Amino acid sequence: MLLDARNMEYTALNETIRNTDSEIEIINCLGQRFVGAGLQNKTITIHSIPGNALGAYLNGAQITVHSNAQDAVGDTMNAGRIVIHGSIGDAAGYAMRSGEIYVQGNAGYCAGIHMKEYEGKVPVIVIGGCAGSFLGEYQAGGIILVLGLNKMGKRIVHNFPCTGMHGGKLILRGDCSDVTFPSQVSASVATDADMKLIKKYVEEYCALFDANVWEVLDSPFTVVRPDSSNPYKQMYIAN
Amino acid sequence: MGVEFIYPEFEVVRSENRCIACCVCERQCANEVHSFDAERKLMLSDETKCVNCQRCVSLCPTRALKIVKSDCRLRENANWQNDTIKEIYKQANSGGVLLSSMGNPKEFPVYWDKILINASQVTSPSIDPLREPMETMVFLGKKPEKITRDGNGALNCELAPQLELSMPVMFSAMSYGSISYNAHASLARAATELGIYYNTGEGGLHEDFYVYGPNTIVQVAPGRFGVHKDYLEAGAAVEIKMGQGTKPGIGGHLPGAKILGDISRTRMVPEGSDAISPAPHHDIYSIEDLRQLVFSLKEATEYKKPVIVKVAAVHNIAAIASGIARSGADIIAIDGFRGGTGAAPTRIRDNVGIPIELALAAVDQRLRDEGIRNNVSLVVGSSIRSVSDVVKAIALGADACYIATAALLAMGCHLCRTCQSGKCNWGIATQRPELVKRLDPVIGSQRLVI
Repeated sequence: MLLDARNMEYTALNETIRNTDSEIEIINCLGQRFVGAGLQNKTITIHSIPGNALGAYLNGAQITVHSNAQDAVGDTMNAGRIVIHGSIGDAAGYAMRSGEIYVQGNAGYCAGIHMKEYEGKVPVIVIGGCAGSFLGEYQAGGIILVLGLNKMGKRIVHNFPCTGMHGGKLILRGDCSDVTFPSQVSASVATDADMKLIKKYVEEYCALFDANVWEVLDSPFTVVRPDSSNPYKQMYIAN
Repeated sequence: MGVEFIYPEFEVVRSENRCIACCVCERQCANEVHSFDAERKLMLSDETKCVNCQRCVSLCPTRALKIVKSDCRLRENANWQNDTIKEIYKQANSGGVLLSSMGNPKEFPVYWDKILINASQVTSPSIDPLREPMETMVFLGKKPEKITRDGNGALNCELAPQLELSMPVMFSAMSYGSISYNAHASLARAATELGIYYNTGEGGLHEDFYVYGPNTIVQVAPGRFGVHKDYLEAGAAVEIKMGQGTKPGIGGHLPGAKILGDISRTRMVPEGSDAISPAPHHDIYSIEDLRQLVFSLKEATEYKKPVIVKVAAVHNIAAIASGIARSGADIIAIDGFRGGTGAAPTRIRDNVGIPIELALAAVDQRLRDEGIRNNVSLVVGSSIRSVSDVVKAIALGADACYIATAALLAMGCHLCRTCQSGKCNWGIATQRPELVKRLDPVIGSQRLVI
């Protein structure tokens, strides 16, 4: 179904999306918030720019955006996939529990913070360009992969990545000699097992955004892991 | 020993005449205070481990035990008091931050006790409870500004979603993880039977308790543990936790040792890994951001459930509440200075926040002054101890009260204030299966209902 979102309030737009068939194509979207919130079993394609909290609590639906997206993409997402043919704003994938977010370009501040993981449910964020400050704060699980394509002189990740990280993996393309990590994480060169994982997501990225797999993989990769899953263990004394 | 030794706070007094060396105390004490010396056929005590939870006292079949406060004191000093000195010893011994459990035990004024209730007599005669039923039902949620009618003069009865309470009391947030499965089961059953609500806290909702959904408030905290579509759907209302009265500005932290089995699955955190819920929501820096979270939750639940925003009572709470009332929230929950907790840094607990009595009065007045009191219902908590506290809170402007410590006491808590140890001998603040089973949810819920 083709949906013209021009002059539609977000409440009306989202109600229409909830109540229509499983395949929806939205045109003239202009900053309407919460598109796809909590949805499953739907495929949503958006032309022009959706507003904040796109795909919040997403529960299995597939969302593709053919432009940039704003803040809080995939907030507390549980399952499904969000593909952005452009760049995104701040706080993408906050407390994501599972599913995938693929961003062709850059991500703003606080991407992938509080990401979770439990057994087979492993959330993934792939960012093609660079990431802003506070990437992967308090990361408790899942995989964040930043490729740093078309950096144009920028650092692959800005200040303070991985603060409070206590689970999961943060993978950055490059040797990361210009990135400062906190003391409770370890950054190391990707192992063969890591490269297998990286290749899987790079191939997916390249298929989605028409990039060359071998060019992207032709680079060192740095994998950041927490030293402990109990970073605050020694800090308290019972009183 | 030596410089690190701190004399035990309590002494175990065992009547040799009464003790039959049955070892009940030994089996009951998870802190391992009691032991049996087989050679001398004597029960021994290691007071250094005693937390004065009274479990052994309550279960000793011959009433041979009592726990008393030790009279071994440091030299009196009005400035450097005994506890203050010992706290410094503890810090010097360990380098750790002092961590306390439950609400503030210090001698701060309790304003409830300084407020008296007026009663009607002559011109407004008192209700005769045998003749006239006392209506205690309360609806929480956004109320319309004025009555409106359609073209035919019929009343417009469309209301924002409401919570219906048989009485103005709810069980406030205590997470599965900070309290046990059986404690949660007791609260859920009791809330259902009483026609009120209990609150999941920030640890998600165990799959077994989805059946109590119509009487459950599901919480969304900064760590977003256990938050997903089905969870939001399960509850009768969604509560966003911005702050907690015991520790305003401080987040939650469930140590990895308590992240086992079901708790790990419910929170979606790997076993043994810490569950860290930091102080702020990292996507909320303003009332506008809060509004975004409120409405994302409303969208996800199709505007069928009221959204509660819970904040700690701090300076400027009236302005904060005004912002929340304009953020689209249906209910504001305010948690005061004396509120309880499973664990909080001692210095924060004892020094940050303001009493709920003052916060409540200020908030209610501010919302009335601004003409937006009908936008929200007000729920208050933090050491609401009795029905008279509830009545006084309502007189000061609350629509309902949140109770937690009082509910725990009804379930058997003896307020020993060592929840953080995870060794609760009453089966409440523990995850050890052998301790959890000491609290029978049938009995626990009965004691809450009666």
